[in-house]
Amino acid sequence: MRFTALSAPSAARAAWVTLAAVVVALLLCALIFFFYGVSPGTVYGTMLRGTLGDSTGLAEVARRTIPLLLIGSGLALAFRAQFFNIGAEGQLLLGAVFAAGTGLFVPLPGPLLLPAMFIMGAVGGGLWAGIAAWLRRLNVNEILSTLMLNYIAVAVVTYLIAGPWKGKDVRGYIYTDLIPERGFLSVVPGTQVHWPTLVLGVAGALALQWVLSRSTFGYALRVVGENPGAARYAGLSAGRVATTVALITGGMAGLAGAGEVAGIHHRLLEAGQISLGYGFTAVIVAWLARGNPALCLITAPVMAIILAGGDLLKIDLNMPFRVVDVFSGVILLCLISSEVFVRNRVTWGNGQAKDNTGSKANG
Amino acid sequence: MDNVFVEALVRALAVGTPLLLASLGAILNERGGVVNLGVEGMMAVGALAAFAVAVAPGGNLWVAVLAAMAAGALLASLHAFATVTLRANQFVSGLALALLGTGAAGLLGKRYEGAPLFNKVPDWNLAGFVISPFTVFALLLAAALAFYLNSTRSGLTLRSVGENPAAADVLGVNVGRVRYAAVLAGGALAGIAGAFLTLSYRASWADNTTAGLGWIAVALVIFVGWRPLRAILGALFFGVLYYLQFRLQGNSPIPTEVFSAMPFVLVLVVLALAGLRGQQGDAPAGLGRAYVRGER
Repeated sequence: MRFTALSAPSAARAAWVTLAAVVVALLLCALIFFFYGVSPGTVYGTMLRGTLGDSTGLAEVARRTIPLLLIGSGLALAFRAQFFNIGAEGQLLLGAVFAAGTGLFVPLPGPLLLPAMFIMGAVGGGLWAGIAAWLRRLNVNEILSTLMLNYIAVAVVTYLIAGPWKGKDVRGYIYTDLIPERGFLSVVPGTQVHWPTLVLGVAGALALQWVLSRSTFGYALRVVGENPGAARYAGLSAGRVATTVALITGGMAGLAGAGEVAGIHHRLLEAGQISLGYGFTAVIVAWLARGNPALCLITAPVMAIILAGGDLLKIDLNMPFRVVDVFSGVILLCLISSEVFVRNRVTWGNGQAKDNTGSKANG
Repeated sequence: MDNVFVEALVRALAVGTPLLLASLGAILNERGGVVNLGVEGMMAVGALAAFAVAVAPGGNLWVAVLAAMAAGALLASLHAFATVTLRANQFVSGLALALLGTGAAGLLGKRYEGAPLFNKVPDWNLAGFVISPFTVFALLLAAALAFYLNSTRSGLTLRSVGENPAAADVLGVNVGRVRYAAVLAGGALAGIAGAFLTLSYRASWADNTTAGLGWIAVALVIFVGWRPLRAILGALFFGVLYYLQFRLQGNSPIPTEVFSAMPFVLVLVVLALAGLRGQQGDAPAGLGRAYVRGER
C-alpha cells in the first residue's frame, strides 16, 4: 500500500472517508457482538428502534445531546490546537461539584442562583483543565494528566457525597440534599430535556466556530496546531494558546456538569450517575466533526444515539454498559486511521519504481 | 518489626508485578519509537483470555498465559497497523485501544463474573518469602531486557529505530517491521500482566480488573526514564503505595477516597517531577511520530 499526498483534500473526500470509517467501525463492533453471542442485527435494531422509534427514545437522545454538544464543541477547539484533553469526564464532574455547591450553600436570590451555578460550573471545569494545562508546561503529556485527573475527580465527588456534603434527609443513600427549587432548570414537559442548556450548547458551538474561523485567537490556535514550527517563528506562544484552549474546553465541560445538576438531578450524586460517559464520548463527537465546533451540532446527536442505545442494550438485552466503550474505542480507532486516506491517494502494490515521487510529495 | 517489613515487601512486589511487566512491555515499544497508551486495554484482554482458558475444563495454566499474550498482541497489532502502516496519531490510537480493550473485556467477560478459579498459579515459597512465579519472571525479564537493549545487536537496531528512524532506514533496517515487532511484544507483555491479575493476584475475573494499573504503568515508563532496571524500583515504589492504601484504609481517620485517589495524584506528581528535572530528554528522539521515508 502506498500513499501519495493530495495537495488540497476536498471536503467531500473528508466526508466520504469519515462515513466509510464509521461503517467499518460498526462492522467491527458487529463482529464483537457476534462473539458475545447476540446477533448484530438484534443489537443495531434495538438501538435504532428504541432511540429514533418513539418520542421517549428521542427525548433520551436529546437529553444526552446536551452535554455531548457542550463538551464536544469545546474539545473540537482543543484538538485543533493539538491539546488532547481526555479529561472532560473529570471537568464535567468538577463543574457539577461547583454548581451543586453553589446551589446548596450560597443563599442567592431567585433569578441570580441559576446563572451563578452555571458560572461556578464553568470555573470548576476550567480549574480542573487548568491543572493539566499547567502540567503541560512542565512537559507532562496532557492525555495522561487529564486521565489521572478523571480518577481523582471521581474520588472528590465520592468523598463529598459520602462525607461533608452528605444530605441530612437522605439517611441510607449517598448523595446530597436537593438544591433549592429556584435552582431547577425548566424542562420540556414529561422529559429530562433541560432546553435552556441545549440553547446554551447550540450558542456555544456557533460561538466557538466563530472564534476558530474568524478571530485572531482562532488563527493563532490553528497555526499552533497545524504548524508548530511556523507558530514559533511567528512569535506565537504555543503554551499560552494551549492554556487558553484548556480553560475553554474545561469551562464547556463544567457548564455541562452544571446543566446536569440544575436540569436533571438537582443534587450532587455518584459520579457514574452524573455522567453517563459523556466525557469520553464527546472525544468522538469532536473527532467526527473534524475539529469544527459547529459540526458538533450534527455529530453530538449521532453519538447521543449510541449512548442512549447502549442504555437500551443494557435494559433490553441485558448487555453490560461497557458496550459503549467498545463503540467509542472502535469508532475512534477507525476515525484516526482513516485520516491518512483523507490526505493521500492510495495505490496498491509495492510499486518500487514510483516510490520516490510518492514520498517526496509527502514532505 | 521485621515481619511487617517483609510483609510490606511481599505485598509491594505483588502489586508491583503487573506494573513492572506492563511497563517493561511499554519500554520495549517506546524504545522503538511507538508510544502505547493502550496498555490498560491490552492488560484487560490478557486478563480475560487467561481466565477464560484457565477455568475451561482441563484448562492448562501455560496455555492460559499464552492466550493472554496472544490477546494482548492481537490488540497491539491494531495499534501497530493504525500507527505504523496508517500513520495515525499514536496517542489517540492508544486511547482508543484502551477503551476498546477494557470495553470488549468487560463485555465478553460477563459470563465469567464471579466464577471461581480452582487452579490458581501456585505461589513459590523461597525461604519463607512467598512470591508469585510471575514476579520472579518479571524481575528476570527486567534484567534480560536491560541486557537486550544495551548489549545486543538487535537491541541496538531497536533503539536506532526509536531514536532516528531515517538513519536506521538508510542503514537497511526495515523500520516498519521492527516497530511492528516491538509493539506486538509490548502488547504480549501487557497481556501477561493481565494474566497475573486473574490467574494469581485476584484469582477471579471482574469487570475493571485492571483498575487503572495500565495507566500507571504508562506513566512509570516516563518516571524511570525508559530504563528496564529502574522500572523495578518504580514498580516497587507504587507497590508500596498500594500496600499502604490497603493497610491504612479503615484504620485511620483519613477518608478512604484519599487512598483511592492517591496513586493517581502520585502519578501526576511523579510526571511533574520528571518534567521539572528535564527527564523528557531521555525519551527516544523519534518517539510518538510515524516514520515516513523522505519526510523529516
